[in-house]
Amino acid sequence: MTFRDYLAFAIKALRGHPVRTLMCVSGVSIGIAAVAMLTALGEGARRYVISEFSAIGSNLLIILPGKTETTGALPGFGGVPHDLTLNDVKVLRREIPSLEFVAPITVGTETVRRQERRRQVPVVGTTTDFIHARKLRMGLGQFLPPSDLDRGAPIVVLGKRVADELFPNKNPLGELVRISDWRMRVIGVLAERGTQLAMNMDDVVFVPVATGMKIFNRHSLFRILIKVHSFVELKTACQKVVTIIIERHGEEDITCVTQAAVVSTFSTILTALTLGLAAIGAISLSVAGVGVMNVMLMAVSDRTEEVGLLKSLGARNRQILTVFLTEATLLTLAGGVIGLALGYGTVAVTTTLYPAIPASTPLWATGSVLVASIMVGMIFGVLPARRAARLDPVEAMEPRT
Amino acid sequence: MIQLTNVSKTYEVGDQPVHALVDVTERIQTGEFVAIMGSSGSGKSTLLNLLGCLLRPSAGSYTLNGQDIGTLSDVELSRLRQKFIGFIFQSFHLVPRLTAAGNVELPMMFAGISTSERQRRAREALEAVGLTERAKHLPAQLSVGQRQRVVIARATIMRPQLILADEPTGNLDRASSEQILKLLDQLHAQGQTLIMVTHEVDVARRAERVLVIDDGQIVQRIKSDALIRDPVLHPAVK
Repeated sequence: MTFRDYLAFAIKALRGHPVRTLMCVSGVSIGIAAVAMLTALGEGARRYVISEFSAIGSNLLIILPGKTETTGALPGFGGVPHDLTLNDVKVLRREIPSLEFVAPITVGTETVRRQERRRQVPVVGTTTDFIHARKLRMGLGQFLPPSDLDRGAPIVVLGKRVADELFPNKNPLGELVRISDWRMRVIGVLAERGTQLAMNMDDVVFVPVATGMKIFNRHSLFRILIKVHSFVELKTACQKVVTIIIERHGEEDITCVTQAAVVSTFSTILTALTLGLAAIGAISLSVAGVGVMNVMLMAVSDRTEEVGLLKSLGARNRQILTVFLTEATLLTLAGGVIGLALGYGTVAVTTTLYPAIPASTPLWATGSVLVASIMVGMIFGVLPARRAARLDPVEAMEPRT
Repeated sequence: MIQLTNVSKTYEVGDQPVHALVDVTERIQTGEFVAIMGSSGSGKSTLLNLLGCLLRPSAGSYTLNGQDIGTLSDVELSRLRQKFIGFIFQSFHLVPRLTAAGNVELPMMFAGISTSERQRRAREALEAVGLTERAKHLPAQLSVGQRQRVVIARATIMRPQLILADEPTGNLDRASSEQILKLLDQLHAQGQTLIMVTHEVDVARRAERVLVIDDGQIVQRIKSDALIRDPVLHPAVK
């Protein structure tokens, strides 16, 4: 008996009970669609994060105050032996000329006012290097000009939305705004960018780093963002930065994180999330598998007489087993294909209607769910198929009351 | 060809043994046409199932073509049924979703015969039973007589040496019964061994020999010419 014979025989058997077949296939397809959609969400999130990081380049180093190994806490939280200061930034610039951009960062939230209009936004204190390191573009005017790090000029660059809100239908360049008690002159407006690394770049303002530290009365920087010329320089640059800071602080009290490490960590976390979501979807798939087993047990019960007949005609136990396993596998494979189409369709419609949802079914999930659907059929079909194969032909053909 | 020697078949029903066949010894020659008669529960169906290798004897030996059935594995028994035995059932046992041709092809499918060969042979077999025009009909679309002819086509498709018929005319009207019996006569004339269970004396008369079975034992052996002369039949038949 050839594979084609088994297939044809199974298809005819399944067509014999269209409603039962349809219900069973629906159950499997819902399970498969669930896996496809949930993995699409997880994978979409992973791709989104990676694309966000990739958009600003992979040659970035982030220096954080604090050291996980010595403080036992996350960097930036808890006590830090020494502040990360502007003098550290100056030394790094001087001692490591190979660094392309070095942008100190201090961050706080403050109300920005213009006459009666006010808006509470994140205020980022930084330098001209920031716009290059983060690959941002200007819409109007200029970004913070190169100047002495310690000189806190009263100037500000607005995000697009802040500018639109405070200066509706008006060019803000040269105008004054108030940040806390400081009067600042607007020298530029960023081009519309949207969210970058979880920060809405349209709803933020930039001031010189020294100004920012004065506004928030801080002595330590939040981060130092460093960009090197090429990816291969990252490790060396990181080592040099740590060496210099140890010389200055007397101990290793900073954490140097490469962009690649951050991306890798996010990718790992989000891949685990995707797998977790796939596992949740797989629960519904296993429920569908139990449904398949029930349907196949009913099929064996309904066709007991037929099994007896096939045996009397010379069918071997293995052939009977394969007949029923083929049916179970066909059921789940059909459910798999329909479920995938359903999953892909739902993801396509969702992303069309809501482009902000980053959903995309990964290729591995497509292959996996198809294999899983076949496996579900084979695993949950074994019990009914074995039951059929073991039927005694004489008893099976006896009229049932 | 067929040798039963002290064959017994016992079933366990609950804790009680039920003796379906008791110490049966019989020889059936190749090409013989034998009818088995007996009352309900006498053991004739058990004997037929045993002859068809669907059952193994509990005791004694059954030799078919020199092979002791009791020593064969399940797979070997399946192969034997496939190649040497054709079944004709009273209740047809046709697969309802398969066409007449599809049902006839079934034994060949399990024997691994190619699709084109199966179709050719099924066509010939249906032609032989006068159902060429009904090849693509489902069993439900056929009369009971036509269904039984499909069963005969299926039983003969592998050109078996032994054909076992269990009440082949039991569900048929007189005209259909006559058609079926003529087909069986033809098979016998072609030299095939035919063993038929029946409770109708008129049907049994077409056989060469009649075995009367009662309480699991063969209680009477009659030649068909004796049947025609209105013999005294064992009370089990009456």
